[in-house]
Amino acid sequence: MRLLARYGIVLEFPNVQTCCGQPAYNSGYWKEARAAAKTIINAFEDSDFVVTPSGSCAYMIHHYPEMFKEEPEWQEKALQLQRKVFEFSNFLVEVLGIQDLGARFPHKVTYHPSCHGSRLLGVKHEPMALLNNVEGLELVPLPFAEDCCGFGGTFAIKMSDISGAMVAEKAEHVIETEAEVLVGLDMGCLMNIAGHLRYRNQPVRVMHLAELLYEGVSYSDEHTANRA
Amino acid sequence: MSTQQTELKGTVKERAQLALNNDFLRQAVKFTTERLRSGKLKAAEEHGNWEEWRERGRQIRLHTIAHLDYYLGEFANNARENGVHVHFADTAQDAISIALQIAKAKEAKSAVKSKSMVTEEIHLNQALQSIDCEAIETDLGEYIIQLANETPSHIIIPAIHKNRYQIAELLSEDAGEQLPPETSVLAGYVRKKLREKFLQADIGVTGCNFAIAESGSIVLFENEGNARMVSTVPKTQITFMGMERIIPSWADLEVMATLLPRSATGQKLTVYMSGITGPKREEDGDGPEEMHIIILDNGRSLQLGDPEFQELLNCIRCGACLNACPVYRHIGGHAYGGTYSGPIGAVLTPALKKNVAEWDDIANASSLCGACYEACPVKIPLHDMLVSLRRRKVEAGHDHPLERVGMKGFGTVMSNVKVYHRALKLGKLGQKVVVRDGGIRAKIGPLKGWNSHRVAPSISKQLFREQYGELRSELDQQAKAADPAVAARMREWLTGRDGGASHE
Ligand code: SF4
Repeated sequence: MRLLARYGIVLEFPNVQTCCGQPAYNSGYWKEARAAAKTIINAFEDSDFVVTPSGSCAYMIHHYPEMFKEEPEWQEKALQLQRKVFEFSNFLVEVLGIQDLGARFPHKVTYHPSCHGSRLLGVKHEPMALLNNVEGLELVPLPFAEDCCGFGGTFAIKMSDISGAMVAEKAEHVIETEAEVLVGLDMGCLMNIAGHLRYRNQPVRVMHLAELLYEGVSYSDEHTANRA
Repeated sequence: MSTQQTELKGTVKERAQLALNNDFLRQAVKFTTERLRSGKLKAAEEHGNWEEWRERGRQIRLHTIAHLDYYLGEFANNARENGVHVHFADTAQDAISIALQIAKAKEAKSAVKSKSMVTEEIHLNQALQSIDCEAIETDLGEYIIQLANETPSHIIIPAIHKNRYQIAELLSEDAGEQLPPETSVLAGYVRKKLREKFLQADIGVTGCNFAIAESGSIVLFENEGNARMVSTVPKTQITFMGMERIIPSWADLEVMATLLPRSATGQKLTVYMSGITGPKREEDGDGPEEMHIIILDNGRSLQLGDPEFQELLNCIRCGACLNACPVYRHIGGHAYGGTYSGPIGAVLTPALKKNVAEWDDIANASSLCGACYEACPVKIPLHDMLVSLRRRKVEAGHDHPLERVGMKGFGTVMSNVKVYHRALKLGKLGQKVVVRDGGIRAKIGPLKGWNSHRVAPSISKQLFREQYGELRSELDQQAKAADPAVAARMREWLTGRDGGASHE
């Protein structure tokens, strides 16, 4: 929010919003998912753009029209919402045309592209453009970066041991890079990987790209202020 | 010799657990799938126009399956004209009866087989054995699996779950002498042993990679040359094919021959690609005197006309989705509990069964990451199909009762923000007991599985929705005028989106 405010954009957080319904949708409970979807559709009816910090939630909203096949009125609303929804980095780069925020973040960073945002929504170059424009940031490639971290929502609970093996492998790769910070675009995956790194008492900091950029611009601002 | 039988025992979780505790298996599977998927990525990149060819492949498959009855008819007519006996089998049992009838008529004592997943699906080997006809696998991987009395754990690399040392042990036992764990020596041993078997065999059994409707031919892709032997030495040949293996023409084969080997192993082309059009003619040097093709349905036609699953029949059984799948990499093929494993197996096994009650939990063993879809040379949306399977199970009332209660609750909470707020407040109160240092480590309730591998985050002391008001007024005070460039872009975007109509 603070980042976007720098460009004069006001973010509304409709207090009536809940969850996009993906846990129910993916588990096969479409009736329940539709209930959640209606809440979200109503919540954002008056917004021009809807920006989400999780690629996965944005991807879920792309399923809404299909869920309302039998309710044309809601399907139309769902289509309208789908057109307005943007994943955070995609919104910055593609809609606003901002790639360089003037941030400074002098750390070694590695990036995990989450499956739903990167593979299924196609958000690939945006985070790279944003990270490459951060001064002082050393981006180290994550081995097998595109591999799923094993989150998968309810999958992590239902098939916890398979999911555990997957997140352990992901964490191995993160540790291998010797990065101080792991950055990503999906809160679910980040919570998963952070949880495992913490479980193993690994000091890697896990951040959402928005957090990193905000910290980066704040750092820059202070620096300029100090010099002035 | 291991007598492990690997078909559908226990739950998915139990079978996965066996694999997760087996480091040999996990290392072997990881090693080979990583090699195969890197090979595939490289081959696709070198090809240059991969995405375009993928789309061509998909279009050919979509078209063929949409007109499957027509092309099957054309294929069967042409094959019959070529002198082939064509049989249609509705079920696995039907296919077995047809095969046994042929074997009995020929008084067959032994049959050599090249790799065929359809014969695994119908359990042909056991059936042949029941009439005292020895069935001998001649593909190296299949031979190993047969020795171990197991089933293939990968549709292309049947013994992917075994390492060199385990294979050397099995083959040494077979040879009655200690063989070194060197691939060339082991393959040499099997080759020599199988040569005798080829010469003695009464029947040659093959699968079918593609069936060409316009000429009634079948096409086999292989690397070892064993399928050539199987289809030339014995006097009788039986070819098994799933009813969806058809493509219209040889021209279409060019696309498939580009996609299949690259997706399967990263090869530009397999070492052998044989096209077989009927039995031996007078002028031919070799070939079977009698040739049968058994075309199997066994649940495939259930997908026809089903908008969510018809594309499943587009599959060309390349195995790329297995190699790309992170779940497969950790649990191997046997955990899937069916003939077909990996993402394609997780969808195909239940989809081939009409009765939803018989479906096990396999569709849940996926994080829905979409790597399978991305790898698939004919772009089958397996991740969406997995969700459809889950939904059908729920709708048919075969979901887990506890989960049903949970999801009903989810629906109620998420459709009403007041209830949602109350739930969050309750959660905050409830977690007081278990939160240490901002995280939850206790392995209790639904968090048991999660916390065996991670620390769970707690619900924040102050929720974003509670901070929002403050933050908003802070930002309003420092409010900047909109950056003109940014504002212009947003306006432009809105205009474009609303089809040119002004938004304001
Ligand atoms: S689903 Fe696609 S990737 Fe998987 S085996 Fe079939 S064709 Fe290959």
